[in-house]
Amino acid sequence: MTQGSPLATTVVFHVGPLLVTRPVVTTWGIMTVLAVGSWLLTRRLRPEPSRRQAILELVVSGIESQIGEVVRQDARPLLPLLGTLFIFLLTANICGVVPGIQAPTGKIETPAALALIVFLSVHCFGVRARGLLGYLGSFAQPKLIMLPLNVLSEITRTFSLMVRLFGNIMSGEFLIALVLALTGLLVPIPLMALELLVGVVQAYIFFVLATVFIGAAVGGEANETSEAVASPATPVE
Amino acid sequence: MDAKVISIIAAAVAVSVGSIGPALGEGRSVAAAMDAIARQPEAAGTISRTLFVGLAMIETMAIYCLVIALILLFANPFA
Repeated sequence: MTQGSPLATTVVFHVGPLLVTRPVVTTWGIMTVLAVGSWLLTRRLRPEPSRRQAILELVVSGIESQIGEVVRQDARPLLPLLGTLFIFLLTANICGVVPGIQAPTGKIETPAALALIVFLSVHCFGVRARGLLGYLGSFAQPKLIMLPLNVLSEITRTFSLMVRLFGNIMSGEFLIALVLALTGLLVPIPLMALELLVGVVQAYIFFVLATVFIGAAVGGEANETSEAVASPATPVE
Repeated sequence: MDAKVISIIAAAVAVSVGSIGPALGEGRSVAAAMDAIARQPEAAGTISRTLFVGLAMIETMAIYCLVIALILLFANPFA
């Protein structure tokens, strides 16, 4: 039964006592492609943009405006972290369609690491924006008795961030493998198209939720969003 | 019945029962969002962003059930 388990990973090679697994190698590959790609694209930036630079500016300013709409303040300090997170997740989720490559987010370690990054950066941005005491005091809002619940919600929302990404990507891969085993060669293609859509949507959701968490940590009470009320001040008729 | 059979049945029950609630909830929220977009097409961007995030929240419940089923099947502490 443990054969082909979605919770197990294949080890590629060892570095001393460390086991380097396949998702890690894939992640390194994606990191290299993204880093070299962005270095090549931003090598010659000019005031009057070429076509390539215009597309690049469109992507960056699009992500910036998305962050700005959620946090309702200057998006510039958050842009490097969240933009990289989004582009990395997008690449990682949809690289599973390339033959021979498995999406690294379909194994539990990669989403766990990303959720941990979000968890730590929420506190970093919160402390930097409000000061240590001010940020710690925000956990006792609105009453001191809410303190355990607020601390608990920090942990559970990080956990659900991890499980959501892992579950969606992994179940998609599992479904495709199952359909492929039961039927023929070309049958799972519509499912793979659906999986592309799911990958993009999950990358977007992870990005928006990270933005909401960080925005709630830096903002004051006016911007205090719990996980359930994810969008600030939706206009109602 | 040994523990293996029981955990296979339990995994199936967890997924099947656990997906009813999120399915109903997602249906309701999509219907409400459609209604809101039909009334106010200019707010479609904000509504669909909120809808996506909300759907992710609701879907988490179903994903939890899936994870429980996977643990029962592949990482069962008793079987």
